[in-house]
Amino acid sequence: MNLNIDRNDNGDTQELKLAGEIDAYTAPQLKEALLPLTKAEGTMVVVDLEGVNYMDSTGLGVFISALKSTKEYNSDLRLVALQDRVRRLFDITGLDSIINIDSTVRGGK
Amino acid sequence: MESFDFIEMKVPARAEYVGVVRLSTSGIANRMGFSYEEIEDLKVAISEALSNATEHAYKTEDDGEVTIGFGVYQDRLEVMVADRGGSFDLQKIKKDIGPYENNQSIEDLREGGFGLFLIEALMDKVEIKNDYGVIVLMTKYLHENEVDINDDQISTTQ
Repeated sequence: MNLNIDRNDNGDTQELKLAGEIDAYTAPQLKEALLPLTKAEGTMVVVDLEGVNYMDSTGLGVFISALKSTKEYNSDLRLVALQDRVRRLFDITGLDSIINIDSTVRGGK
Repeated sequence: MESFDFIEMKVPARAEYVGVVRLSTSGIANRMGFSYEEIEDLKVAISEALSNATEHAYKTEDDGEVTIGFGVYQDRLEVMVADRGGSFDLQKIKKDIGPYENNQSIEDLREGGFGLFLIEALMDKVEIKNDYGVIVLMTKYLHENEVDINDDQISTTQ
């Protein structure tokens, strides 16, 4: 019931690799790790969700905050390798139309 | 009267217990024969209700408890999540729920607005009472059983 966050610093591309569960308890940790990365202009922030087997609206909230921040600081956000269950939440809520989501790494849809 | 098993849990209204209730939900739903997909839906819906409850308690600085009741019926699971902490403006919240629409600007997007929407999307029936604290009552039907009942009806007509 925890979330592991690994950060890969590749200069203009910052990658966060997540594993575990994103819920009311772990979402603040994710927000703390993710938001500062979006505040550097021109940065591409890639969040790898392959290891995330549970997420709810608290996670959606963090990604919405991050997206808003990228608009403000002129950076980019991309979510990759989502499991089907996690991807489904973005589809149901319509957020897949504004957040850059790439499930193909996992051979998704 | 329809018979059912009842399971009640009380947890502190804190975020770290949301996962504990989620695990219990998963166990009960699995026991009842819900599919993997349905169990995942239940886990999200109940976590959403619980996250809401813990958030209210936090806002009012009330280190209260949340009560979760599971009604295990032959054909459905009823889950009640009740917090006695501060109540919220239900009309306002109802107005704010819904999926993202393409004409909304990103700046206007609500960061916390999807919880109730997801509960309604993932459960078959949802009732919210806001008289004394907040009570969310959610129902999910075992669809396999509905098919079984129909099968029986077909065989008895012959």
